[in-house]
Amino acid sequence: MEPILKARGLVKRYGKVTALDHCDFDLYPGEVLAVIGDNGAGKSSLIKALSGAVRADEGQIFLDGKEMHFSSPLDAREAGIETVYQNLALSPALSIADNMFLGREIRRSGFMGKYLRTLDRKTMGRLAREKLNDLGLLTIQNIDQPVETLSGGQRQGVAVARAAAFGSRVVIMDEPTAALGVKESRKVLELIQDVRARGLPIVLISHNMPHVFEVADRVHVHRLGKRLCVIDPKLATMSDAVALMTGAKQPEASMEAA
Amino acid sequence: MGSETRGPQGFETAIHSGPNTVAEFHQRRSVVSQLRQLLHQTPSIVPLIVLVAATIVFGIILGGRFFSAYAMTLILQQVAITGIVGAAQSLVILTAGIDLSVGAIMVLTSVVMGQFTFRYGLPPFFSVACGIGVGALIGYINGFLVARVKLPPFIVTLGMWQIVLATNFLYSANETIRAQDIETQAPLLQVFGETVRVGGAVLTYGAIMMVVIVCVLAYVLRHTAWGRHVYAVGDDPVAAELAGVQVKRILISVYVLAGIICALAGWALIGRLGSVSPTSGQFENINSITAVVIGGISLFGGRGSIIGMLFGALIVGVFSLGLGMYGTDPQWTYLLIGMLIIAAVAVDQWIRKAAA
Repeated sequence: MEPILKARGLVKRYGKVTALDHCDFDLYPGEVLAVIGDNGAGKSSLIKALSGAVRADEGQIFLDGKEMHFSSPLDAREAGIETVYQNLALSPALSIADNMFLGREIRRSGFMGKYLRTLDRKTMGRLAREKLNDLGLLTIQNIDQPVETLSGGQRQGVAVARAAAFGSRVVIMDEPTAALGVKESRKVLELIQDVRARGLPIVLISHNMPHVFEVADRVHVHRLGKRLCVIDPKLATMSDAVALMTGAKQPEASMEAA
Repeated sequence: MGSETRGPQGFETAIHSGPNTVAEFHQRRSVVSQLRQLLHQTPSIVPLIVLVAATIVFGIILGGRFFSAYAMTLILQQVAITGIVGAAQSLVILTAGIDLSVGAIMVLTSVVMGQFTFRYGLPPFFSVACGIGVGALIGYINGFLVARVKLPPFIVTLGMWQIVLATNFLYSANETIRAQDIETQAPLLQVFGETVRVGGAVLTYGAIMMVVIVCVLAYVLRHTAWGRHVYAVGDDPVAAELAGVQVKRILISVYVLAGIICALAGWALIGRLGSVSPTSGQFENINSITAVVIGGISLFGGRGSIIGMLFGALIVGVFSLGLGMYGTDPQWTYLLIGMLIIAAVAVDQWIRKAAA
């Protein structure tokens, strides 16, 4: 099977620090790929390169076998890669609907939309509600309430719903459960499975081993700026994963994913 | 390891036996907290209340003299320039910036409109277009330095203020173009000083232009993607960028538009003064910031409405005229305005707590 998202030899340097050192990456269609690694291993740089937030100094990124050159998150988004950032990238003072459609607003048809560029709030509100309902986020009553009035879990839900609604190829999630309680984390994990059930592959960056081992099909272990190995969570244990990412252990063939 | 790690972990099974309803809070919402919530949603209510209250108080003290259509429209005429410049200032402050060069841009563009007509003999229409072009160019330079070079807006526009003002004096040679000359040779320049009378009400075209600009911008900010992006950029530029807003382009367009609006203010200024004077409008940058702040637009960006700015400008107008009619020392006006500014920012901070 051909990877849907593939990177070869990515290099990213910040001054004297090398964040990515000829890193490879493969994501196959329909899977949940977890990316784990110690702090400073270069996970964030890898994700930023894939989502267009930074441009790699060297290396290539392929989407569906076609080489891509992302110079902004907007480029990656247009190619169908949606990212849920750790800081969620929501504007607190804007409403839920405004946030979901930020940067891809729908305008009214006819004169009002064409010449006065009036937004079609009705359609955007309806679609936003549908998307949130699809993901079981019914507890949000008012689609026009500002995002800052939502709880952390609800905000996460809005960010995930936005990515799931518009991602056509790949959804990337950076630490989606880091700031959440037990119940909200459970909700987000269910969301991840919902999104996968709809056929979208997901890249999940997480420090939370139980969560990673629960939802991931394969686990990409990142160490010292490159991919150390890819393990199968059914063949390896959480302590193996921690040992690998901290360098306490070398990868063994028995736990590598096919 | 294997199947037992799939699905919720052991300690999580308790979740399902817990209540599944959404948390309900039987919060006894006090009047104060409800008020705060309301103000949070519509921040322009505060200046509106102050405006109405001030008008009523002065009306009671001064009686019919103040409550006449003439006096009311006189206020509108007097705040026209501040209101137009304030509209430009509002846009910039909504992006969490500040523009100290607005007053200087206004004066320079009015001088350009006058000098191009009288020094070079260009048709007035063309001179006005050049003035607006100069405003846009200065705005573009401000925007470029803020968005691309990433300099703080305060510093950029502080420098630009001096540069533009000095250019204004050097270029005009500190020379005033007399009102009579403009009236006979280029009446187009004074068009915004002309008046419409409806009963006792006297409206200048300048005052009408201010209201039109504010209404158009209120629509654009609320109902177009560009307007929403202006708020998003002011709220959290990093989040906006990641969410797909072209932050740099929005910032530059805001400064350019602010420059154009300042040029329109420069045109209206010729109408108001009758003449073209390079020494006029020195305090418009401060006046516009005053109107914006009293109008409830947050200096931290992303919050407030341009209608609030209009109310803010009108509050200043009501105080000036009311205290003037009452016959007090004009310093009392400044003293009260100063208190209002501080009170407005205090209210802004208090409202923000509603969100936290």
